Amino acid sequence: MAELKNSQTRTLCFHCGEDCIHEPILAYDHSFCCAGCKMVFEILNRKGLCDYYALNDQPGINCKQKINDEKFNFLDEEKIAASLIDFKDETKTRICFYLPQMHCSSCLWLLESLHKLNEHIVSCKVNFSKKEADIIFLHQKISLREVAVLLASVGYEPHISLNDANKQKAPVDKTRIYKVGVAGFCFANIMLFSFPEYLGIDEKETQLLLLFRCLNLLLSLPVFIYSASEFYISAWKSLQHKFLNIDAPIVLAVWVTFGRSLYEVVTGSGSGYLDSMTGIVFFMLIGRVLQRRTYDRLNFERDYTSYFPVSVTKVEKDGVHQPIALPQIQLDDTLLIHNEELIPADGILTKGKALIDYSFVTGESIPVLKETGEIVYAGGKQTGTNIEILVIKEPAQSYLTKLWNKKDRKELHENESSFVHVLSRYFTWFVISISLSAGIYWSITDASKAWDAVTAVMIVACPCALLLSNSFTNGNILRIFSKHKLYLRNAEVIEKMAAGNVLVFDKTGTLTQTAYRDVSYKGQLLNSEILAKIATLASQSLHPLSKAIVAYLPKSNLKVLAYKEHTGQGIEGIVGADLITMGSKKFICGDTREDNAISFSEVYVAAEGKPLGKFSFRNHYRDKIPALLQKLQKHYRVIVLSGDNDAERNYLRTLLGDDTTLLFNQGPSDKLQMIEQLQSSGNRVIMLGDGLNDAGALKQADVGIAVTDDSNNFTPGSDAIMEASVLHQLYAFIQIAKANKKVVLAAFIVSVIYNIIGVSIAVTGNMSPMIAAILMPASSISIVLITFGLSSLIARSILKNDQ
Amino acid sequence: MSVIILLLAASILVAAGFLMAFIYSVKSGQYDDEQSPPLRMLFDNTVQNKTKENEG
Repeated sequence: MAELKNSQTRTLCFHCGEDCIHEPILAYDHSFCCAGCKMVFEILNRKGLCDYYALNDQPGINCKQKINDEKFNFLDEEKIAASLIDFKDETKTRICFYLPQMHCSSCLWLLESLHKLNEHIVSCKVNFSKKEADIIFLHQKISLREVAVLLASVGYEPHISLNDANKQKAPVDKTRIYKVGVAGFCFANIMLFSFPEYLGIDEKETQLLLLFRCLNLLLSLPVFIYSASEFYISAWKSLQHKFLNIDAPIVLAVWVTFGRSLYEVVTGSGSGYLDSMTGIVFFMLIGRVLQRRTYDRLNFERDYTSYFPVSVTKVEKDGVHQPIALPQIQLDDTLLIHNEELIPADGILTKGKALIDYSFVTGESIPVLKETGEIVYAGGKQTGTNIEILVIKEPAQSYLTKLWNKKDRKELHENESSFVHVLSRYFTWFVISISLSAGIYWSITDASKAWDAVTAVMIVACPCALLLSNSFTNGNILRIFSKHKLYLRNAEVIEKMAAGNVLVFDKTGTLTQTAYRDVSYKGQLLNSEILAKIATLASQSLHPLSKAIVAYLPKSNLKVLAYKEHTGQGIEGIVGADLITMGSKKFICGDTREDNAISFSEVYVAAEGKPLGKFSFRNHYRDKIPALLQKLQKHYRVIVLSGDNDAERNYLRTLLGDDTTLLFNQGPSDKLQMIEQLQSSGNRVIMLGDGLNDAGALKQADVGIAVTDDSNNFTPGSDAIMEASVLHQLYAFIQIAKANKKVVLAAFIVSVIYNIIGVSIAVTGNMSPMIAAILMPASSISIVLITFGLSSLIARSILKNDQ
Repeated sequence: MSVIILLLAASILVAAGFLMAFIYSVKSGQYDDEQSPPLRMLFDNTVQNKTKENEG
């Protein structure tokens, strides 16, 4: 049995840096992987923009996918264009495009030089963090559609989603920043003005003393009223629900401190603790800002409409093609679906040959052939020539959405079960009880100290460590995760990840790469002549297995006569005087024996009726996944669900051993049921999947992680998004999530020590403002150092050990 | 010693000025994009040549 060797050398494309899988195209002293990349180079070269390549190596984006020029036709529609543009006057229009492909300084440079590519573009300003480009153009000379096509032609195809078109962009929320600014200003100044009193101003200078104290009081007002307002609102809301959340102790501390300080200043009995009060508010707000920054990294609230294209082409009664927006699709509309375009609604195929890729619906990675009259479902992608469908169900009711929306009821179960919240609920009562008992004690022993002790305890008992340690650690862990391309929706997901004990994997697209399929050949040695004939024959067919063979073999372009395709069985044709046939085992060998039902993934080849050998197809698993699965098995129960048939069962078995559960032919509702079953027997499930077909299951799982190759497209309400390239580090990520709790605990213990020291001083009634002022910032700062430092160190060592 | 009142007033005014500047700069959107200005700074202003290089 001879095996076909892969004899391609590796050259990298000068433009995009990817492997030139077929023969590289040589031009201008450089190699390119495809005509698209070469075309972009020519455009840039012609306009003198080759600095693009000088700034970075291979900065381009792969242009293998030919852009469908008609794709942006909908931008010619007045209504759609009007909802997308920012500003328009007689000559200029301004629009903001989202260009997710931007990734380096070359991209920035090229986009801001857009006016050099086309003189009717006035300017282009890039916001790199948001990956947006603000373009101003002369709309009388160049249309919006042409601008989009121009961007696409240099590799930066604008991603336009219905979401953005419908909503007004929310103004960036800066109020918290203002609050931090105000709090910081007041805090620093109050501390400065407190120095005289702490550092020994003469007691007789009562005027000055009073002056400083009043200044402090005045300065504390903005903080008390404005900066701390969000804590009041949050605590009030939780109070309405009859429990105390983590903001309640802060509010208590702030109010008690302010009240006592006010009393002291007014009666002249002391200087108050205003520096401590403003300090708490300042540090708490900073913690919140840091957390929010990490969350905003990814826009999570995209609903499913972002996945479907914004508009589709409708075929009118007179045959005219009309672009319409997604919500306008109605029953009995005829839609024209192009190659690589998504089907937006369930419909009946009326014209053309449909080869639908349902990998996001059923997980089946082999496209399905549909004939006219058959039903095609929304979410599938057409691969092949244009087809027309008659809509039988409006988009909102397609069965995918049904599956998805059904799962919304899980939100009701989302209650705060993290241990910090549990602790905070009791913390307030605990503090109050201590201060009351101190008060009672002192009112018996020495009444003058009673009030001091009560309020001092409430001031000093710092819940900030509880919160700071939690929010800083969480924030840091989230930041570390996102640096490693795992984006969590919020900090609660960290705890849920740490608590999981069952891991469920979707196979297609998660464990396997969606496009590439390992092809191997077994049979008689084939010389290049026969190979060329086989390749030529295969290229006539639209069947996906044929396409995979074409991709695998060297290109050839011979002539085929008498080509015939027997659907479901095979193809035949005369190439260069030889009758070549390819197809299923039954077709070629006449053998009806079933080989473990794997007839699917093999293509037999024969010449002149004599069988030569067979091509076997294996799904290509992502790198290092086998190692990951084996590692995970030792600690968790691992289940693999797949929408494909069980052709891979044996291979997966050898990979995973006998302990994993492998289930095939799982539809979306089967996956959902499996998750529900596991949860009802008390398991906590972490699910990894890739797309719409497991959206319901992802949402139902305790942690649903969407594994994607392009984090722009798939956010179907999952709890986390993971880029496929880092999937093999899953075990390390879970370890880090577990370490999170330990770091929080460590910081918490440190803060408890501070509290004990502080409270013991406070109950003696001897606490001076200076001591309080020192203790509070000191504890906060040390907590910050511990949380950041420890969590970063631990994360780094875990990731290193995982290599 | 009453000069200290003057000093206090002056220092508070200056500090308040800085606070206003902070609020203004955040409001004007200076910090919305922190990644492009550093990159943009390094680009050369190339002189536009009318001659075309490398005619393929």
